[in-house]
Amino acid sequence: MRCVTVTASTAPARWEYAPAPESVKAPIREQYDLFIGGRWIPSKGGKRFPTINPATEETLSRVVDASATDVDRAVEAARKAFPKWSKTKPTERAKYLFRVARRIQDKARELAVLETMDGGKPIKESRDVDVPLVAQHFFHHAGWCDKLRYAVPFRGRDHDPRPIGVCGQIIPWNFPLLMAAWKLAPALCCGNTCVLKPAETTPLTALALAEIFEEVDLPPGVVNVVTGGPSTGKALVEHAGVDKIAFTGSTEVGKRIATTCAGTGKRLTLELGGKSPNIIFADAAIDQAIEGIVNGIWFNQGHVCCAGSRLLVEESVLDEVIAKLRHRLKSLRVGDPLDKNTDVGAINSAEQLDTIRRYLKIGDEEGAKREEVINGPLPSKGYWCRPTFFTDVQPSHRIAREEIFGPVLAVLSFRTPEEAIVRANNTPYGLSAGVWTDKGSKVFEVARQLKAGVVWCNTFNKFDAASPFGGYRESGFGREGGRHGLMAYLAKT
Amino acid sequence: MTRIPVTKTCKLLINGAFPRSESGRVLPLLDAKKRHVAAIAHASRKDLRDAVEAASTAQAKWAAATAYNRGQVLYRIAEMMEARSGELVDAIRVIEGSTAAIARREVDASIDRVVSFAGWTDKIGQVLGNQNTVAGPYYNFSVPEPTGVVVVVAPDRPSLLALVSLVAPVVCAGNAAIAVASDFNPLVAVSMMEIIATSDVPAGVINILTGRRAELLPHIASHREINAVSAALSDAAERRVLELGVAENLKRVLVLANDGGKLNWYDDERFASPWSIEPFVEIKTIWHPSAC
Repeated sequence: MRCVTVTASTAPARWEYAPAPESVKAPIREQYDLFIGGRWIPSKGGKRFPTINPATEETLSRVVDASATDVDRAVEAARKAFPKWSKTKPTERAKYLFRVARRIQDKARELAVLETMDGGKPIKESRDVDVPLVAQHFFHHAGWCDKLRYAVPFRGRDHDPRPIGVCGQIIPWNFPLLMAAWKLAPALCCGNTCVLKPAETTPLTALALAEIFEEVDLPPGVVNVVTGGPSTGKALVEHAGVDKIAFTGSTEVGKRIATTCAGTGKRLTLELGGKSPNIIFADAAIDQAIEGIVNGIWFNQGHVCCAGSRLLVEESVLDEVIAKLRHRLKSLRVGDPLDKNTDVGAINSAEQLDTIRRYLKIGDEEGAKREEVINGPLPSKGYWCRPTFFTDVQPSHRIAREEIFGPVLAVLSFRTPEEAIVRANNTPYGLSAGVWTDKGSKVFEVARQLKAGVVWCNTFNKFDAASPFGGYRESGFGREGGRHGLMAYLAKT
Repeated sequence: MTRIPVTKTCKLLINGAFPRSESGRVLPLLDAKKRHVAAIAHASRKDLRDAVEAASTAQAKWAAATAYNRGQVLYRIAEMMEARSGELVDAIRVIEGSTAAIARREVDASIDRVVSFAGWTDKIGQVLGNQNTVAGPYYNFSVPEPTGVVVVVAPDRPSLLALVSLVAPVVCAGNAAIAVASDFNPLVAVSMMEIIATSDVPAGVINILTGRRAELLPHIASHREINAVSAALSDAAERRVLELGVAENLKRVLVLANDGGKLNWYDDERFASPWSIEPFVEIKTIWHPSAC
């Protein structure tokens, strides 16, 4: 095993930062029931489990592992709400969504704090990225409600865009509130009703969103929130009263869901895993590319389905890129997610930390060279992983092929654009890709040839409510956001 | 003495060539009066794999061709169909026992359908793609790109119109197609093979197999180099086989429920629409900063 550790002592003198904790407090109830039919109702048969702060391991609240009976009640409520909601005048439906957007803006800071506490992501990100995008997503889709005929002209029976029905929506723990928005906003905009199941480890912001739905008088049953683990999700996917399943999560679970839905006539959209290439050409603006690499893999601790986890560097600048990356990492701050200066927060769960550590070991055993930067001590409690990158990686290595979903980068090289494209596309996934070059014609030709749903050119990890997001191949199907995202929530015929 | 007619040997179309099934199998094809007409090649799993390999190789170049060029190739297919429309009419009449007028109507509609898609190639980018107005200094746009290798499973009837209506939107977008012909009347597909082979369609871009749909379906579902399937099926069990199989590899699948042959294939608004192309494109969204 070769592992190089760069410690602060080898780094130039650093500024010491005083702690800068976010001062706003997020209201958290001691325990939450289920949000079904516009009311908070206790579970029938579901046990309670704690949701913890992964940065402190403290219990924040206790939520319900919803039973099949609970799911049944939630689907029933959504079914009951569907006829009226789907026939509500679109301009009126829009007003509810506009209200939600405004209410999210009102409560932006406390939602950001709650997201950071429940999930471990830096407050800088939840405050400046997640929550603003959530508000924008509702605002953007509010505006679509009365314009669907222009979004998909002459599509569907009588050329009249119609909703699908009851949508079962299962979301992951990496962007809990943002994924809730990506699922709910387009579904509601098109006139569907929803049963949302947030991830087991990050239920709190979905429940806070349910409180917002109450506050804006969204009609009962239009959105129902059932917390829980895999069995809750399974009950929702199998439920005969659900017309459409939308899932964001791992490719493995996505395939299981597709199997369950086969032959049932249920509509399905899947937003799954990735092992996205980030390609740096020698003619790129290298300093900007370094920022793109950092943002690509260490944003949200690498818990990002579209993370640029495979770095492909043109051989002539490989040494320069690695040297600059190493230098840049020395100023990447890992620690308390509620500290406003923190760049990399806590790993979301003990289970995920185990997965990441397993891959670090695999990388060592495969003969890749591991580097991590020790930049100050880590908190004594909580789940942590320092930003890490591997060099001497072969394309056949598991760390270059499999999704790690952590702050771990695999660095590979290439000699020609053709080789870069072949290597980039050599994966069953196809979610995102990055291209860095100052040559305009090269940007577009490489972008054309990459098999990926989102191609970031001279940038990375940018998101917008108006910009469709989703993958090729085993990264799933369907798009979320913008005009294209609406199609997933409208009947086809 | 009466002249002995020269009968045609029916083969497959794979990679621009006309092989027999590698399995050596044939199926008897009977006419409407149950008389033997021809021996039809009974495609095997291996034939499917060969077709996929040919399609995979051909697809990248077909997608890279200009849309104008693809449009002309599709139009050329229509020209060849028009020239051989008598043969197509006969193929429908002999096997299906249709009147000349009914068969002619189907052939005419099929030719017109191809002409319609010949005109779509350079318009789907505008109709299915768009610029995205994002809240930041970025130039951001979404473009439709071909999904890749697409298998088309034609229903029994209308043997020609359905085949053409399913294949045209797929290849129009820059995909390569492998079409599984109507079980009931593969003779129209045999004529289409010859039409396609003389229409400037690059080898491998359109491949046609005859045989048994039900036998090929599980292999179509499981093959990992096939990126999408477009099938008009009237049997719930066949639909389930296909959807279960694709769950393992997440290929795109569009099943048109054709229960009782209820689909109206003559409906131009449905079958000549960009929404019949959209399931076989992937939307790619490209971001670039805009700054000085």
